[in-house]
Amino acid sequence: MTTLTAYPRELPGLTPPRKGRRPAVAERVLANGLRVLVVRRPSVPLVELRLRIPFQPAPGRRGAAHLTRASVLSQTMLSGTAEMSTVDIAASLQEVGGGLSVGVDADRLLVSGNALSTGLPRLLELLGDVLTGATYPSGEVAAERDRLADRIEMAESQPAHAARKALLGRLYGTHPYAVQTPEPEEVRGVRAPALRTLHASRVLPAGALLVLVGDVSPARALDAVEAALDGWAGSADVPDLRPAPEPEPGPLWLVDRPGSVQSSLRLALGGVDRAHADYQALQLANLVFGGYFSSRLVENIREDKGYTYSPHSSISHLAAGSVTVVDADVATEVTAPALLEIGYELGRIASLPVTQEELDQARQYATGTLQLSVASQGGLAATLLTLTAAGLGLDWLYDQPARLAAVTVEDVHAAATRYLAPARAVTVVLGDASVVRESVSALGPVEEA
Amino acid sequence: MTVPSLSHPVERFTLDNGLRVVLVPDRSAPVVGVAVVYDVGIRSEPEGRTGFAHLFEHLMFQGSENLEKLAHFRHVQASGGIFNGSTHLDYTDYYELLPSNALERGLFLEADRMRAPRITEENLANQIAVVKEEIRVNVMNRPYGGFPWLRLPPVVFDTFPNAHDGYGSFVDLESATVEDASAFFDTFYAPSNAVLCLAGDLDPEQVAGLVERHFASVPERGTPKRPDFSEPDLDAERRESYEDALAPLPAVAMAWRVPDPIGDFEAYLPYVVLAEVLTDGDASRLVERLLLKDRTATSVSGYCGFMGDAFDVRDPTVLILSMHSPPGVEPDRVLRAVEQELDRLATDGLAAAELHRVQARLATHLLGQVDPVMSRTLSMAVLEQQRGRAELAGELPRLLAEVTTEQIRAAAAMLRPDRRAVLEVRAGGAR
Repeated sequence: MTTLTAYPRELPGLTPPRKGRRPAVAERVLANGLRVLVVRRPSVPLVELRLRIPFQPAPGRRGAAHLTRASVLSQTMLSGTAEMSTVDIAASLQEVGGGLSVGVDADRLLVSGNALSTGLPRLLELLGDVLTGATYPSGEVAAERDRLADRIEMAESQPAHAARKALLGRLYGTHPYAVQTPEPEEVRGVRAPALRTLHASRVLPAGALLVLVGDVSPARALDAVEAALDGWAGSADVPDLRPAPEPEPGPLWLVDRPGSVQSSLRLALGGVDRAHADYQALQLANLVFGGYFSSRLVENIREDKGYTYSPHSSISHLAAGSVTVVDADVATEVTAPALLEIGYELGRIASLPVTQEELDQARQYATGTLQLSVASQGGLAATLLTLTAAGLGLDWLYDQPARLAAVTVEDVHAAATRYLAPARAVTVVLGDASVVRESVSALGPVEEA
Repeated sequence: MTVPSLSHPVERFTLDNGLRVVLVPDRSAPVVGVAVVYDVGIRSEPEGRTGFAHLFEHLMFQGSENLEKLAHFRHVQASGGIFNGSTHLDYTDYYELLPSNALERGLFLEADRMRAPRITEENLANQIAVVKEEIRVNVMNRPYGGFPWLRLPPVVFDTFPNAHDGYGSFVDLESATVEDASAFFDTFYAPSNAVLCLAGDLDPEQVAGLVERHFASVPERGTPKRPDFSEPDLDAERRESYEDALAPLPAVAMAWRVPDPIGDFEAYLPYVVLAEVLTDGDASRLVERLLLKDRTATSVSGYCGFMGDAFDVRDPTVLILSMHSPPGVEPDRVLRAVEQELDRLATDGLAAAELHRVQARLATHLLGQVDPVMSRTLSMAVLEQQRGRAELAGELPRLLAEVTTEQIRAAAAMLRPDRRAVLEVRAGGAR
C-alpha cells in the first residue's frame, strides 16, 4: 500500500547547467616533427598516453599486404630491443605501474598506455627505447604471428566479426578499407626482416601525435617527452588515402552461417565527417532513427516487438570517409520482419520530418553527453587524440553545443533524405541461409556469397 | 615506487525507511553519477526461475508509478545522460550518469521505480523476448559463450544458488509470471535492502534534502534476511568438459575456492594479487611460461570472482585461471604447466621486486577504475552495501600493496590440483 505522504509525482525540471571548464592544452612540436599535447587532469595520480602514427598503405601497394605486416608489427613492437626482452620491457613498465599496448587499423598505428603519474619519465623513456630500437627478434615474431593468426581465427568465428567483414568488403570494394583484418594464413607468412623494414620506414615522428592527460605538470611533461623522444627521427611522407567510395546500393548480400540461431543484420548508409556542414543535422537524424536508446528503431524492434537485444545505428569516421552503420542481431525466425521494420524506419525518417520534440530530445542528449565524454583521464585523452587527428582540436567539442542548437527540423529532414534513405543502403545479412532465404527474398533481390 | 591511495570525502546517512545513502562530492566536472544497488542477485533467484533476477532488472525499466513505458529512457537521455542496469551474483545495480543540472531528475526516476514499478503481462512478454535475444547474442550464437562465467559454477558448486545458470533457461524465463515479479519486488526491492550512491558535482547539504524529498516516502517493506550460501571446499579435483560447436580453438579454465572476500578480507587480498602475479602482462608467470616459452596458450587470464571484479562478490567465490590454446594442444599439458608454476611459486616464493611491480600495476588498474564518475559511483555503492565502506574504493591500492611475498607464497600453495575444478572446452569448430 502506498502511504499518504506527499512526494513529487512529476519530472523535476533541470537546474541551470554548470559549464565545464575547457581544459588548457599545452602543445609543443618537437624538432623531429612529433606534435605533443598535454592536459593536466589531476583526478587520480595517473597519466594516460596515446601516440598516433599515420599508417595508411602507400599508394600502389596492396592494402591487405600492408595491413598484414602492420598487424604483426603491432603485436611484436614490444617484443624486444638490443638491451631488453619482452619480459624485461613489460617488467620495467610494471615497475612504474605502467603498461603499453599497440594497435593498428587502416589509418593509424596507436600506442596506448598509462602509468602512475610519478612514472611518466620512465614510461616515456621505455616508449622511446621501443620506437628507436625495437628489434623484432625472429623467435618472438614467429611465436606472436602464430598467436595473432589463432586469435584472428577466434575472431572470425564470432558472428559480429564475420558480418562486419562481409559488410566492409561489400561497401569498400577495391579501397583499402575493404579489408580491416588480415587473413590468418597471410599472417603466418610474415617474417621479421619485413617488420624491421616497415618499422624503419613508417614508425616515425613526423606527422605523429602524442597526447598525455593526467596528474602531471604540462611544462615538465613536455620537457620529459622532448628528453625521451629526441633521438626518434624520420619522416615517411605517405599521401592520404583516396576518398572512400559512397555506399553503392545493390541486392541484399546473404552470407550463410548454417545453424545460426540469430541473423546479424548490417546496413551501411551515407555519412559525413565532423567538419562537414551537414554533420550536426545528420548526427541528430541518426540519433532519432537509431543512434540512442530513445530512438525509433529501439522503441520499435526491441521495446515493442522484442526482435532483438541491442539494435543500434552509429556514424563511424575513418580518415578517408565516414559511414552510418545500422546493426541488429535478431532471432532467425524474425529476420525478414526485422529487415522490414529497419527499412520502414529509414524510409520514414528520409521522407517525413521528425517532430520538434524528437529533435529537442536528441539535441539535449548530444549536448549533455559531450561533457560525459571528457570527464575522465582516459576519455579526455581519447577525445583529444581523435579530434586533433581529425584536424579539429578540442575546441570543436566545446563549440558543438552552439552548432547543435542551430539545427532545425528541416535541416534534419534534409540530412536524413540525403544520407539515410533506404534506397542508398548496402545491406548484409549473416545467418542460416536455408531458413531465411525465402522470406528475405520476398523483400527484394538477394545475392548469396 | 610508492603506491598512492585516494581519500574520497564520503558522507552517509540512513532514511527512516532504511535506505542507506552515500554522497561523494567532486566538483571537477559538471557531471554526477546516480546509482541504486539492491542487495539481490543471481544467487537469490528461486529454483525453477533461473535468470529471474536479470529478467526483473529489465522489468524495472518498463515504467513505474508516475512514468509510462519508455519514459525512463527518454527522460534520462533528454537530460543529456546515459543509463543502464546490470545483474550480478550478489547484487543488481541501476544507474545514470547525468549532467549535474539533471541530478534531481535522476532521484525522481529512481525513487519512482523503488516505490512501484509498472509490471504488466505485455511488458513481461516483451522483455522475455528481449532477454532471449540477449542470451542468443551473448551465449548461444557465439563461440565460448558463457565461458567460463556461466559454465564453471556448476563444476565448482553443488547447491542451486551457487551453481545455476544466471542468464537462465528459456523454459524458466517463459514460465515467469507477473505474480512472480511482484513477489520478487516485494521481497527484495525494499529501500532498506538498497544503497543510493551519488558521486560527482553535488553539494552534499542541498542534495541530502533532495534525497529526503524523493525517497523518504517510499514505504518501508521489511528487509529480507540474506540466506547462507556457503558450501564446503572441494575435497578432490573435479573435471568436466564440453564441446563448443562454434569454437575454433580449445580452452580450459580452472577454479579454486578462496577465503571469504568480506568476512576474511585480509586472507582474501593475497589471492587478488596472486591472480595478477600469474596473469597480468608479459612479465607475469603464466604469460611468460605458456605464451612466450611453451607456446601452449594464445591468451591467459586470471581473476577473483566469476564476473571479473574481486570486490563486488560475497562468499563463496573463486580464483579463476583460464586460457585458450593453439589447435591440438592437450589441456593436460596446460594444466601440468600451471601446476609447475604454482608449485615453483609455493616453493621458491617470489622476489620483492616482482611483487612490487605487480602491486604498482594493480594500483594503476584500480585508480583507473575510480576516475570515471560512473564506475566510481557504482563501486562505492557496492562497497557500501556489502562492507559499509565506500571509502575502500580509494584505499584498495594501498591495502593490496601491503600484501607480502610470504602471503603470496602461501596463497599459491593453496592452489593445489586436489582443490581445483577444471572445465575443458573442446573445439567443435576447428578448421
